[in-house]
Amino acid sequence: MALVLTEEQSMLRDSARGLISDKAPVSHLRQLRDSKDATGFSRDLWKTFAEMGFSGLLVPEKFGGSGLGCVEAGVVMEEIGRTLMPSPFLATSVVAASALSRGGSEAQKAQHLPKISDGSLLAALAVDEGAKHRPLQTSLQAARSGNGFKLSGDKAFVVDGHTADLLIVAARTAGAAGDRNGLTLFLVDPKSKGLAVERTAMVDSHNAARIAFDNVEVNADSVLGEVDQGYGLLEGVLNIGRGAVASEMVGLGEEVFGRTVTYLKERKQFGKAIGEFQALQHRAAQLYIEIEITRAAVLKALQALDADADKAGTAVAVAKARAGTTATQAVQEGVQMHGGMGMTDQFDIGFFMKRARVCQELFGDSNFHADQLARGKGY
Amino acid sequence: MADLEKFRSETRAWLEQNCPPEMRKPMTSDGDTFWGGRNTKFSSEAQRVWFERMRDKGWTVPHWPREYGGGGLDGEEAKIVRQEMAAIGARQPLTSFGISMLGPALLKYGTEEQKKEHLPKITAGLIRWCQGYSEPNAGSDLASLQTRAESDGNDYIINGQKIWTSYANYADWIFCLVRTDPAAKKHDGISFILFDMTSKGVSTKPILLISGYSPFCETFFDNVRVPKSHVVGTVNRGWDVAKYLLQHERAMISGMGERGVGRPLGQIAADSVGADAQGKLDDAQLRSQIATFEVDEAALAAAAERAVDLAKAGQSHPAFSSAMKYYGTELNKRRYEILMSAGGSDALEWESERSRGGARPRAWLRTKANSIEGGTSEVMLGIVAKRILDLPGA
Ligand SMILES: Cc1cc2nc3c(=O)[nH]c(=O)nc-3n(C[C@H](O)[C@H](O)[C@H](O)COP(=O)(O)OP(=O)(O)OC[C@H]3O[C@@H](n4cnc5c(N)ncnc54)[C@H](O)[C@@H]3O)c2cc1C
Ligand SMILES: Cc1cc2nc3c(=O)[nH]c(=O)nc-3n(C[C@H](O)[C@H](O)[C@H](O)COP(=O)(O)OP(=O)(O)OC[C@H]3O[C@@H](n4cnc5c(N)ncnc54)[C@H](O)[C@@H]3O)c2cc1C
Repeated sequence: MALVLTEEQSMLRDSARGLISDKAPVSHLRQLRDSKDATGFSRDLWKTFAEMGFSGLLVPEKFGGSGLGCVEAGVVMEEIGRTLMPSPFLATSVVAASALSRGGSEAQKAQHLPKISDGSLLAALAVDEGAKHRPLQTSLQAARSGNGFKLSGDKAFVVDGHTADLLIVAARTAGAAGDRNGLTLFLVDPKSKGLAVERTAMVDSHNAARIAFDNVEVNADSVLGEVDQGYGLLEGVLNIGRGAVASEMVGLGEEVFGRTVTYLKERKQFGKAIGEFQALQHRAAQLYIEIEITRAAVLKALQALDADADKAGTAVAVAKARAGTTATQAVQEGVQMHGGMGMTDQFDIGFFMKRARVCQELFGDSNFHADQLARGKGY
Repeated sequence: MADLEKFRSETRAWLEQNCPPEMRKPMTSDGDTFWGGRNTKFSSEAQRVWFERMRDKGWTVPHWPREYGGGGLDGEEAKIVRQEMAAIGARQPLTSFGISMLGPALLKYGTEEQKKEHLPKITAGLIRWCQGYSEPNAGSDLASLQTRAESDGNDYIINGQKIWTSYANYADWIFCLVRTDPAAKKHDGISFILFDMTSKGVSTKPILLISGYSPFCETFFDNVRVPKSHVVGTVNRGWDVAKYLLQHERAMISGMGERGVGRPLGQIAADSVGADAQGKLDDAQLRSQIATFEVDEAALAAAAERAVDLAKAGQSHPAFSSAMKYYGTELNKRRYEILMSAGGSDALEWESERSRGGARPRAWLRTKANSIEGGTSEVMLGIVAKRILDLPGA
């Protein structure tokens, strides 16, 4: 398959870009932050997303979705990255929708997927427990109790956890932290007794939560996939999420870079445009090259996910690792090359720097993924 | 699509049948590369057989037209041949500057007569070419070259000196940049001309490199007489041809790191630094360097694939090969820094048989030229800044 967008994918990009740049430029995020908005995103805009078919992008057509793939999800994520639009798209439409369609029973799919497609259900995946992404280390306990289970433990960095109508929780039903076996995914109602959600205000003004489980009871029907065998499902879903976040980073990196190059042509010092100084030209050229190479790696991963998500691990590790370092370089050079202006809150560049830092951590940073690659190759 | 799948399975079967097992092993020395030319010799029977079969099929250059000895394949088919060759580790049957540099320029700028004269001899490995661009005072600033070509009836008389001319002492013909109008501005008085290295007045003097090899020369022209019909493109517009050729040269150099892939770096390193019970390298710093390198290497491979696809879709920027050249060569240098570090003191042996004559340190030193030859890294970044980013005054 050619490593370029098809005509349909380019059209999707254009319509996503049109909507997002019009309705949610960076000032939209700034406004949500400044007003300390309780939701943290615009529900109206989410409705529009549903009407345009974006919220059900990955949902199979028989459940009211568009039945598209990871490349298409990446196309939308990239546009989201360009304006830093806070949106349930990642947590609900990419991650949760994939978890449900890949692991759900017919009944679970029929119950939830149509609501994801029409925008009426928001969902969130709860995996991380410590400060770093270590899915294998999951230790939140799910103890058998009667017909069901009781969940106890803490989750952190749950994207959109404060607005979710449905939580997908990774828990340990057997084994110990570090074991592949013994992990199970559960569908949990956030209003369940014993469950406490604390919204965490993050550096990037996007949404996340800490969630505490104190003997939260769930019944056997709430198991997503198979008991003790949830790691494979989780890994596939995480990889889809990683591909999406990598796309977001490509979008944000390219946007910062574009703004920076424009600034280099406008800002004059020493009687000329600072873009005439070779010290800056070469760094800008290096960054351009990094971005182009990362873009290719990310598209490669998205295509690999669509071909066979279970075999895409290496390509995804490469993409997420590269996207993290490239976006970091882009925002750092962006601030630096804007001089004092880059340090001001009034200027948008700082928002990109903050979001890039969060995207690095989300679903594993560059170090994590380089390590994954090394393990995969046996060294 | 179905046709392509059929083509793929036929290609696979043909390669399986025709590529000798010896030609599927990673190359280990310079002699493993077959360059062709009047004075060439095959280093093994398998090399001869493989070359001749591929030549007869037109696959020394699969994507060139059949009438010039190519395979007449379109972009998709040529990609399939590359992929299927890579899948079995098949070596290039023929490597030459004729294929990677002169050919593309002739196809675009040559007359029909020139194409008919030169291209079939390239695909058949009969003539080996060298590149006469750089001069002692014209390196990065190539357009300031001073080798003169003065009109004399139907001929030019060429005088001057080139330097860093790779394999000039083995080459049969040279494609050369000469100044045909000394009065014009520096880019406007250059012509691109072809001549036989056995012409009277051509001499070469090899230069020894830090690797101990001597793959390039000083090349002198003393009243060399060349017919005017040997100019490619328009007289005094040779810079256009030169630049176009450089795009192809840079694309070729950027891919050098991808060739000769043998055992994975992590395994090579484990030989000398050791590994713990889980197989993790005992040198955590080196392990992370290798991992980061492999991330970047995989990403570059994707970018190389995408560059071809973008070109096919008519969406590529002509200067993009400079971007790839920059990254590919810097990456290849990283690969060899890692290999040297992984090899420790074993990798320092320069002459023993055990070290195959110091193959690794010599290869390491050779890679340092990658970011110089074909235009330096700094020059590549300048081109990207100016032509792609449109930065002022670059
Ligand atoms: C937190 C903070 C506190 C400060 N406090 C003070 C203070 O107390 N008093 C005060 O007077 N100032 C202060 N400054 C201002 C500071 O000194 C300037 O921001 C700094 O000198 C850069 O100038 P500039 O912002 O106009 O950037 P510019 O000069 O516009 O530079 C923009 C970019 O171009 C690069 N550049 C510029 N010229 C060249 C060149 N010739 N070659 C290569 N690259 C070049 C710069 O390195 C930078 O990356 C402060 C700034 C900050 C961020
Ligand atoms: C192994 C090898 C094989 C080669 N084969 C051939 C061949 O077959 N035919 C041929 O014609 N040539 C060949 N070359 C020559 C090669 O193209 C030149 O070496 C190259 O273009 C650089 O020129 P130079 O050596 O004169 O360096 P210089 O141009 O003198 O450069 C010296 C340093 O200054 C930097 N520099 C120069 N200008 C700028 C600028 N504007 N901005 C910033 N930095 C700058 C360069 O990047 C470099 O780091 C070969 C070179 C090598 C090493």
